[in-house]
Amino acid sequence: MRYLPLTDTDRAEMLQSVGANSIDDLFIDVPDVAQLDGPIRDLPMHASEMAVERHMKARAAKNLAAGDAPFFLGAGAYRHHVPASVDTVIQRGEFLTAYTPYQPEIAQGTLQMLFEFQSQVARLYGCAVANASLYDGSTACWEAVAMATRVTKRKRAVLSGALHPHYSAVVKTMAQFTGDSIADSAPAIAAEADLDGLIARIDDETACVVVQYPDILGRLCDLSRVAEAAHARGALLVAVNTEPVALGALRSPGEMGADIVVGEGQALGVGLQFGGPYLGLFAVRDPKHVRQMPGRLCGETTDAEGKRGFVLTLSTREQHIRREKATSNICTNSGLCALAFTVHMTLLGEEGMRRLAAENHRLACLAADRLAQVPGVSVLNGAFFNEFTLMLEGRRARDVVRELAERGILAGVSLGRLYPGVEALEHALLVAVTEMTTEEDIDALAIGLHDALGKATPVSGATQQEYAE
Amino acid sequence: MNAPNQSGWKPSMQAVEEGVDHGPATTTGNRALMLEEPLIFEIGHTETTGVDLPPVDPDATTRLSDFARSEPIGLVGLTEPETVRHYTRLSRQNYGIDLGFFPLGSCTMKHNPRLNEKVARLPGFADIHPLAPQGSVQGALQVIYELGEWLKTLTGMPGIAMSPKAGAHGELCGILAIRAAHTANGNPREVVLVPESAHGTNPATAAFAGYKVEDIPATAEGRVDVDKLKARLGPDVAAVMITNPNTCGLFEKDFRTIADAVHDAGGYVYCDGANFNAIVGRVRPGDLGVDAMHINLHKTFSTPHGGGGPGSGPVVFSEALTPFAPLPHVIEEGGEYHLVEEESAGESADTFGRMTAFHGQMGMFTRALTYMLSHGADGLKQVAEDAVLNANYILRAMEDILHAPFADSGPCMHEALFGDRDFEGDLSTLDLAKGLIDEGFHPMTVYFPLVVHGAMLVEPTETESKASIDQFITAFRSLVERAKAGDETLKNAPYHAPRRRLDETAAARRPKLSWTGLEEQT
Amino acid sequence: MPRYFTDEHEWIDFEDDTATVGITDYAQEQLGDIVFVELPEIGKSLDKGDDAAVVESVKAASDVYAPITGEVTETNAALEDEPALVNTSPEEDGWFFRMNVGDADELEGLMDEDAYKEFVDNL
Repeated sequence: MRYLPLTDTDRAEMLQSVGANSIDDLFIDVPDVAQLDGPIRDLPMHASEMAVERHMKARAAKNLAAGDAPFFLGAGAYRHHVPASVDTVIQRGEFLTAYTPYQPEIAQGTLQMLFEFQSQVARLYGCAVANASLYDGSTACWEAVAMATRVTKRKRAVLSGALHPHYSAVVKTMAQFTGDSIADSAPAIAAEADLDGLIARIDDETACVVVQYPDILGRLCDLSRVAEAAHARGALLVAVNTEPVALGALRSPGEMGADIVVGEGQALGVGLQFGGPYLGLFAVRDPKHVRQMPGRLCGETTDAEGKRGFVLTLSTREQHIRREKATSNICTNSGLCALAFTVHMTLLGEEGMRRLAAENHRLACLAADRLAQVPGVSVLNGAFFNEFTLMLEGRRARDVVRELAERGILAGVSLGRLYPGVEALEHALLVAVTEMTTEEDIDALAIGLHDALGKATPVSGATQQEYAE
Repeated sequence: MNAPNQSGWKPSMQAVEEGVDHGPATTTGNRALMLEEPLIFEIGHTETTGVDLPPVDPDATTRLSDFARSEPIGLVGLTEPETVRHYTRLSRQNYGIDLGFFPLGSCTMKHNPRLNEKVARLPGFADIHPLAPQGSVQGALQVIYELGEWLKTLTGMPGIAMSPKAGAHGELCGILAIRAAHTANGNPREVVLVPESAHGTNPATAAFAGYKVEDIPATAEGRVDVDKLKARLGPDVAAVMITNPNTCGLFEKDFRTIADAVHDAGGYVYCDGANFNAIVGRVRPGDLGVDAMHINLHKTFSTPHGGGGPGSGPVVFSEALTPFAPLPHVIEEGGEYHLVEEESAGESADTFGRMTAFHGQMGMFTRALTYMLSHGADGLKQVAEDAVLNANYILRAMEDILHAPFADSGPCMHEALFGDRDFEGDLSTLDLAKGLIDEGFHPMTVYFPLVVHGAMLVEPTETESKASIDQFITAFRSLVERAKAGDETLKNAPYHAPRRRLDETAAARRPKLSWTGLEEQT
Repeated sequence: MPRYFTDEHEWIDFEDDTATVGITDYAQEQLGDIVFVELPEIGKSLDKGDDAAVVESVKAASDVYAPITGEVTETNAALEDEPALVNTSPEEDGWFFRMNVGDADELEGLMDEDAYKEFVDNL
């Protein structure tokens, strides 16, 4: 077995030196009911590197990779160009095979990287302090709600209807157990109505208002209006961002008055990876809230010789010290994804972030204009960054997505899939455009939609079809 | 026993170090291969970028409404060569498994096979969108399904949740399922029993789920006190959370008895699977009466720790808890794989909900499945046996000079536990750990579990050769002897790491958590 | 002015109807370098034994309990900027909070200086 260095001679010698006759002697404390007479049945035996690679490649080959098709999916996961040097750095064994930096004298690489990461995230979000990352955007969103309840000592959170429905679902799942009350709704098609409705739901019991920016339909809303309304009632504004590239072109949530800003960092440096691992970002605007933050924090200090160094700090908030009184049960962050993010951010810099955002927006505007010319297609959004919603006349978006996938076009995310049962959104198709999108891709989508909408509406599918998308 | 080193260095050369003659200070602060590295903010520039993109057209029409950014972000950029050099230099200030022995107890720092990395990067896995039409990602769904089947078979348990993002997230998943099951029976109950020696995540998780946490007493031999536990069971106890093998390094031999008693009292048994590496392929937790257990793919199944995540923590369930598992999950029907995302159909009607935006840590699934296929049932069994043999070898090689509180409680499992009781004066576990750094090893887990004074938890894993372990034992013994002799020089160790001991008090009193710009530096 | 002590290593000074509460020199020594003190809100009503404050070192967080029943009237703002006062002057400048005395009978269970000294010596 290529991964196991002990030889049979070693094993025999070692057994002898610990006073055991056989390896079974070391497992004598396992009760009889759980003793087995050999390797676990119904599983294959060990296999060569070549054989395993063949097995896994066969699985990979059954998937249509984003790079092999005109591709327009977003909704919380975006396909951007990742410079080759990002992957080179994260594959260095000193980063890849290190543990959480609990011995700071021999973990300065990870720690300094995290300090740089925290600084970049805080600046991008317009905040004072960011943590060393959480699991992903959706869990960060819940942690923000939980933190707001700690800060305000209130138990009610108001969620925007245009918050990613999977994020709302995570918040609602967790709130069942903490006894927090969650007010949410499906998104209204008119952006203004959505915002007014949201503001109307804030009351004196509200701990926080959670608003996504840009929202799940790709729209941009005036966070300052919500911040003002929330603050007037003593509530906090939690802003959620799932596309950090947007903040190269848009005013930051912190600048617009958000108190806690959280989001998904996957778009920078981390690939699509079928949904994980991703990178939860978490920042606060007011430094006095730092001690209520969840997750790890890296801070600057000096060593015994006076040299600058970095350590994990304020760890008394965390589970390994506070146990049942911890701010969160989180034990790990998303270190390697944070490294990928920070390397990509360092390569981009201020200038690169501006250019990347501008290029995304330019292509998205081009796509929106081109697609709006397809008969039966209209663009829902007034304002947007690199993602917008199309309304498809006479066809359910789920069916269109399936049909185009069969033609090798990954057309976008149907809102019918994200909001099952919400009739108003059944015809809505969410389209994301990035710097990876070519004008040929946009043409392919336009032609595909043209063909799809030209057809008569098919009879609504059976349940079996539900699975196909 | 092997010589401590084969490079020509001999202990008699120590004298040179005693004088601590590092030569004159260098102008740059660098010391040959050890290079000091500033922060990116100190070397980068606002106008520099390492990515070629078209310049921003100031006259382009936009659809950003009133929300176009007017203020700078405050970032700096580096070109590609500068970026690569910056992070390469930083990487060299880190210790990793690739560099040497990393016996961090309870963390299972085993070799991360590079085939795993190669497979995870295949575009068919790395470049697919979580919401892609399911017909276009059948291979990915198949991997999730197959990995789930492996985990169910290895644990002997019928149900699985794949979406939890890490061990603590998995624990939460298990406890939420338990709460949902009790709630479905009309009463969530109030108390979760957790041993004092448990990982801090256990009480934190139970408290989050709304439970009162009570300690389970332990016996002098380092195991759960079965009689006292049984006496505490009752209609208010929702679950017990037990780590097995436990954090004292021992197998809970009465686990089955405990589980039966908990079930008789209407409770559930949560097993913290952090130490699964000791028994993988040799013992199935399902045979011991476990109702829920998370599996750290980043421990037992070799996905990289990455300097603190990402992890992955699937949870296996007994029959009783399976209906309450979170969404989404993958099912197979006639060779086709389907993702059940909605709370509707018969088998997801009782789900407690959704824990994360998408389907879990796919990048970890591909790596873990690759690892399992490489080892097979026979190789995984050998993994557990080698890990346990290595730990016992260390325990027996140290017990004559170092306090090993549970050395008489039977064989240890995959980790050996020691304490600093016999150290001289104010020398402590921390000093010994820092001494190990100078000797070129990553320290063991220190001050955990809390039940042993100055705990040192050594987990060698199956990755180490006998030569590697012998070298560690030689160094470990010499440090123990120094600590028992009151060698005060240990108080200032490490001497040879990129940094000396860091002032954690100053860091916590005046937290500096973000680069604040030259104008604010004093 | 009599000073009282609890077995949780808090000291209490009484003056008129007000009690000033802090942690003892022994306690600060056990805790090590104090990095942060979380103080109760002014106006908060506490029952004897309630969590009143949290004192944190780098690796530990310890609760400070209300030694008696009463309402918090004042907190030591100096600790916010300089938590090290708990180490340098635990029984004077490093006081935590003041509260009014809700139930004078509760004083009876507390130790005086000699009793506390004996208590500590036996630990």
